[in-house]
Amino acid sequence: MRRARVAYAGAIHEATPAAADAVRLADGRVVSKEGVVWLPPFEVGTILALGLNYADHARELDFKPQEEPLVFLKGPGTLIGHRGQTRRPADATFMHYECELAVVIGRPARRVRRATALAHVAGYTIANDYAVRDYLENWYRPNLRVKNRDTGTVIGPWLVDAADVPDPGQLALRTRVNGVLTQQGNTRDLIHDIPALIEYLSSFMTLQSGDVILTGTPQGVVNVNPGDEVVCEIEGLGRLVNTIVGDAWFGR
Amino acid sequence: MIMRRTSVNAIAMDVTPYGLSGIVYGTLLNQRNALDALGAAASQPPYQAPPRAPVLYIKPRNTLNGPDGAVVLPADVPEFEAGATLGVVFARSACRVSARDALEVVAGYTIVNDFSVPHAEYYRPAVRFTARDGSCCIGPRVVARLRIADPDALDLRVYVDGQLAQQGSTRDLIRPVRQLIAEVTDFMTLQAGDLLLVGVPAGAPRVRAGQSVAVEIDGLGRLENAVVAEAVAGSGA
Repeated sequence: MRRARVAYAGAIHEATPAAADAVRLADGRVVSKEGVVWLPPFEVGTILALGLNYADHARELDFKPQEEPLVFLKGPGTLIGHRGQTRRPADATFMHYECELAVVIGRPARRVRRATALAHVAGYTIANDYAVRDYLENWYRPNLRVKNRDTGTVIGPWLVDAADVPDPGQLALRTRVNGVLTQQGNTRDLIHDIPALIEYLSSFMTLQSGDVILTGTPQGVVNVNPGDEVVCEIEGLGRLVNTIVGDAWFGR
Repeated sequence: MIMRRTSVNAIAMDVTPYGLSGIVYGTLLNQRNALDALGAAASQPPYQAPPRAPVLYIKPRNTLNGPDGAVVLPADVPEFEAGATLGVVFARSACRVSARDALEVVAGYTIVNDFSVPHAEYYRPAVRFTARDGSCCIGPRVVARLRIADPDALDLRVYVDGQLAQQGSTRDLIRPVRQLIAEVTDFMTLQAGDLLLVGVPAGAPRVRAGQSVAVEIDGLGRLENAVVAEAVAGSGA
């Protein structure tokens, strides 16, 4: 089962796939995918994100892979849904996407061991976790000005039930910018895999339903510019589409 | 483990939006003496230079705790640092607010005691140290903005077991409240009920299980929380 949250005709609805170009709302209406506004596919709680969790990406940024997971938090204001717009500040010289498998917690987890960790997962979705590298500082790096900007985290389109993802540790990831393949990877190359992340995080905090772990991105990040269409795809989860817009659209 | 998602609902707030959203952003090293305490290290590796923009962190929802909640010291750490600070509560959406107009988006102020596992290095986000369950104590009430003449002139006192352990003032902020709001809302929009912590002064006391910590800020009252030991694993559910 896969579910989305969409806005349509003045209300917010749970939606499921219908025909190829349509979604079915919970109240029975079947409407065009283009005719709805896609929201983050679930009520998002705490957002935990991983840095440098693929060895190839760590090398790309000239960092040694982390022994302890490099975790940072994000606030709710940074989220947008499928087909949303992300602002690129005019003074940025290097702003890049990051295609990531997002793991959604389904029941509370406290001091969970890796052997049982996946039982706490409700499902999976796709995240595109933008960064503006110009604003990096070496204090709580990556700092919020890089990673917690309004519109900087795209998530969706679907929350896919865990039962429908037999092996989340074997999923191909791909990003295309304006149709050109720029990033490829596979979750089998995660340094800290999903059970390890749940074990680590739950060792010091209680994870709750709706909390989400963005597991990190593989190599292949490139700069994007206003007008670019960025499509992040994960095997079995779908395609997350988003466009880059400039400051003027935000009245800046 | 009892979650405290509803604990912030117990915090009295008689101005719009009449309740906290549960979203809390903290500011690191915004008290002059806290940055000064790092000395030359702030300009050396791994930092290379003092902060240019506000250094923020997030206290996630599992950390929220109210004015009457006990703070559970996790079994794996010997002591917490008690980070007393002024908290600014937002009245409405705040995006690109100018410093001049910044207080117009403020609903009021409260006391926050931001407990963390002491850590000497700030290069990487310190989630394992700052996101412990129940470690963000808030209250006892949100005092309306108009009742506080100047948020940049509030004295703060911390007592451990009744003994004065730390003093500070919002006069010593590197970015005063208006300036902080302007710089933060330039890149992220804050919403009604969100809470922004302005910064902890140097010399935050360390506390162990069995102790009690009280924070007083001029005009905002007193926030007192007991620190208790975590129940031994395996003794309950």
